[in-house]
Amino acid sequence: MPSSVTPSSVTPSSDTPAGDAATRAGGGDAPPEVRKESGQREVFCGLTSIVWLHRRMPDAFFLVVGSRTCAHLIQSAAGVMIFAEPRFGTAILGERDLAGLADANEELDRLVRDLLERRPEIRTLFLVGSCPSEVIKLDLARAAERLTQQMAGRVRVLNYTGSGIETTFTQGEDQALMALLPHLPASDEEQLLIVGTLADAVEDRFTTLFERMGLPRVRSLPPRRSTDLPPIGKGTRLLLAQPFLSATARALAHRGGQLITSPYPFGVEGSRLWMEAAAASFNLDPAAVAGVLDPLVERGRRAIEPHRQVLRGKRLFLMPDSQMEIPLARFLARECGMELVEVGVPYLDRQLMAAEQALLPAGTPLSEGQDVERQLDRVRAERPDLVVCGLGLANPLEAEGLATKWSIELVFSPIHGCDQAGELAELFARPLRRRELISFA
Amino acid sequence: MELTLWTYEGPPHVGAMRIAASMEGVHYVLHAPQGDTYADLLFTMIERRDKRPPVTYTTFQARDLGGDTAELVKRTIAQAVERFQPEALLVGESCTAELIQDQPGALAAGMDLGGIPMVSLELPAYSKKENWGAAETFYQLVRGLLKEQVPPPGSPKILPTRWRQEGRRPRVNLLGPSLLGFRCRDDVREITRLLGEHGVDVSVVAPLGARPADLLRIPSADANICLYPEVAAPVCSWLERSFGQATVKTVPIGVAATTAFLAELTTLLGLEPAEGTQTESERRSRLPWYSRSVDSTYLTGKRVFIFGDATHAIAAARIASQELGFAVVGLGTYSRELAREVRAAAKELGLEALITDDYLAVEKAMAEAAPELVLGTQMERHSAKRLGIPCAVISTPLHVQDVPARYSPQMGWEGANVIFDAWVHPLMMGLEEHLIGMFRHDFEFVDGHRSHLGDGAPSVSPVADAMQDGVASAAAPFGVAVATPPAAGASPHEPVWTTDGETELHKIPFFVRGKVRRNTESFARERGIGEITAETLYDAKAHFSR
Repeated sequence: MPSSVTPSSVTPSSDTPAGDAATRAGGGDAPPEVRKESGQREVFCGLTSIVWLHRRMPDAFFLVVGSRTCAHLIQSAAGVMIFAEPRFGTAILGERDLAGLADANEELDRLVRDLLERRPEIRTLFLVGSCPSEVIKLDLARAAERLTQQMAGRVRVLNYTGSGIETTFTQGEDQALMALLPHLPASDEEQLLIVGTLADAVEDRFTTLFERMGLPRVRSLPPRRSTDLPPIGKGTRLLLAQPFLSATARALAHRGGQLITSPYPFGVEGSRLWMEAAAASFNLDPAAVAGVLDPLVERGRRAIEPHRQVLRGKRLFLMPDSQMEIPLARFLARECGMELVEVGVPYLDRQLMAAEQALLPAGTPLSEGQDVERQLDRVRAERPDLVVCGLGLANPLEAEGLATKWSIELVFSPIHGCDQAGELAELFARPLRRRELISFA
Repeated sequence: MELTLWTYEGPPHVGAMRIAASMEGVHYVLHAPQGDTYADLLFTMIERRDKRPPVTYTTFQARDLGGDTAELVKRTIAQAVERFQPEALLVGESCTAELIQDQPGALAAGMDLGGIPMVSLELPAYSKKENWGAAETFYQLVRGLLKEQVPPPGSPKILPTRWRQEGRRPRVNLLGPSLLGFRCRDDVREITRLLGEHGVDVSVVAPLGARPADLLRIPSADANICLYPEVAAPVCSWLERSFGQATVKTVPIGVAATTAFLAELTTLLGLEPAEGTQTESERRSRLPWYSRSVDSTYLTGKRVFIFGDATHAIAAARIASQELGFAVVGLGTYSRELAREVRAAAKELGLEALITDDYLAVEKAMAEAAPELVLGTQMERHSAKRLGIPCAVISTPLHVQDVPARYSPQMGWEGANVIFDAWVHPLMMGLEEHLIGMFRHDFEFVDGHRSHLGDGAPSVSPVADAMQDGVASAAAPFGVAVATPPAAGASPHEPVWTTDGETELHKIPFFVRGKVRRNTESFARERGIGEITAETLYDAKAHFSR
């Protein structure tokens, strides 16, 4: 039992625990204050991104260079699926590698050769850095270059970090896309580039809608095949589908792409603003755009309505996980009528989140980072109606009588766009509806 | 460096977590990077626990590495002790923390922890694994708590028959059951009931459900039952050395093993031998009758490949060969600590044990043995899917479906009932097997179809058949297997199948086809036959049936 629990207030200005620093970002309109917390973080490392990236690009293989812990993490996450043909694996460092008895680079080369011999259909091999490989400073970037040369054009070997010390959960995708970036061909042709993993059907839908608005060239990063990389250059407008792509967005801008600032395409409102922002950047006829979007918006609102009935007035607490928390909180507050108790993010990119923060209800308590025990104290003190949290916390909180929505599902579900707004709302309404439904009396 | 697609065991600190989470009143401070909290999910999701595991992580990040991570460790320990007020504290490192060498155990030893026992765990993450970590943690914890009680050398042993002098029922400890073990929850219940029926009480069950105070009571029992040697063997052997407390070593999985277990226990404790334990097994378990009933005749000689932890693999081999009448064509384990026992069990079956933690080596051995049923772990389900072979899970590693809501022990009489159902279920049922063997042109009941599994028929693509003998190409992707001949196929004298031979081969029921293909090829090779025709196939068939 917690011995001396002092539930701290959720308004950080009044009662900021020692060690936390309430910061006020500069700028004209005072943005909401952000509670910054440090302590135990109950989050995934970036390696977890492999769990969805391996499906997005089936011709790629993800080879983690790390320890048995890394191998165990991925198989615990993905091992419930039965694979006839594994798409990821781990090069486990042994004592010999650490003691320097074996040349780690030679070992890696041997292992990669074996793997590629067995799996000739692999086109892109990602060497994924982990905590152990980074602590011992294994140079995987150079290994990737060397191996690419050895494979003589047959396989492209890339490197990114998914380590827990550097990345949190979805940041793994940001790093993976960064690794693809140098291989994007240069072209100044005019195009819209949607950045961030989307479900296939959602991607097709957006492409169709943009075509209808008069935007014929829409491409995606990551692509469905790791070898079909989209070009980048001055004619590219960048539209971020996911909020966790800070490094990729900046690097693409560096290659000439122009970043379209917009809220993220969650819910009817976010999706409409997102598509409108893209249309505006190409100077498309607003009437034509409205002609495409108006019916979608109308239909989307109707789809949300039954879920809004369940969610309206309910108090929501989001724990940090994926950086999708702020856009989701915005959607749930503005379109579903939920009240925000606290919105936690693992990392806050103020520039990429500015448009979203502007839409959040005034005074929404935000927190960046985590001290999980103290955050749980706040959850227990507030007793929100719904807690969005990871799977390490979900069942224990349910057992305490709190309804939860496990957050990982949000990166595994098609939730982007006006057409998905109903489904997105349903993901949050479902646990509440279920609690109503289940009875053993 | 070692390529691992699937790992049979987690790192050793996961074993330590299993001990901490199985017990009450124990807290574990783990020096680990951000992200290693994934291990909580093993308990909250796979074991579906309703509380967080009692583990506090330091979750350091890259920016902490420049600073004082030792200070972070001390702060974390102090906060965890204050918040959770445990009765005993475990302190250890994960693999990454092992590299930065903050010595968290030594740091904790220098702190004022209010007098609670603290065990510093040394778990070498780059050479040892999960079960070793669990066994070591359990051993260190028991030893740490009991070392004050250890009698001086030369003291009399704990007599297993002392219950008579003390005028009470005999009592034993059940050692080894833990979370993330295979069906431990129900095994404990089944064995406790079985012991109760034989007049034996259970004193301490540990680590599952025990508090540190319970561990202090271990020496008050007349004997220890080592239910899961992977976790409890070192503890049992230490208790035997230090207190002279005897261990019952037979693991009661299977009808014969349960009978042997009762016999060992009876002799050791000096109980009145129960009258005719043979008849007890017949009376209490349905497996003997189910297995003798005529519907089970078609199980005779079914070729089965077994892989898992040592305890479950050995038990499965015995049940398969003696109690179900299968032919065991492969037996192996990833538990190197118990390799010798598995080798001995394999030898009895005329096999050479496969001792490996390389998933691909297991897959290859499986393909070569061409079994009709695989009894393995969650990992073998991957290979079995690939090869189109029915499969049942008998051992960890497991996933959420193997922590079922229903009562599902493996041990004791009821455990044998569960095993009969679970192992027979994936096989094609008798009638269907006959009819598919006779009529091969059906539009619904096609080759490899198992209609009692709904749509759960194996993925028997034509390639899966070729895969079954794809020795060196065991892990090659579909379509490539045939194009890349196995190393043995490099010989120019390798027999070639004629169209007529292939056609005949495909008339063989799919689950034995791999074996027939292999036999026919080796028959042809031995006789220098270059082309395999239908006649060659029948020649080989007659040859091998002798």
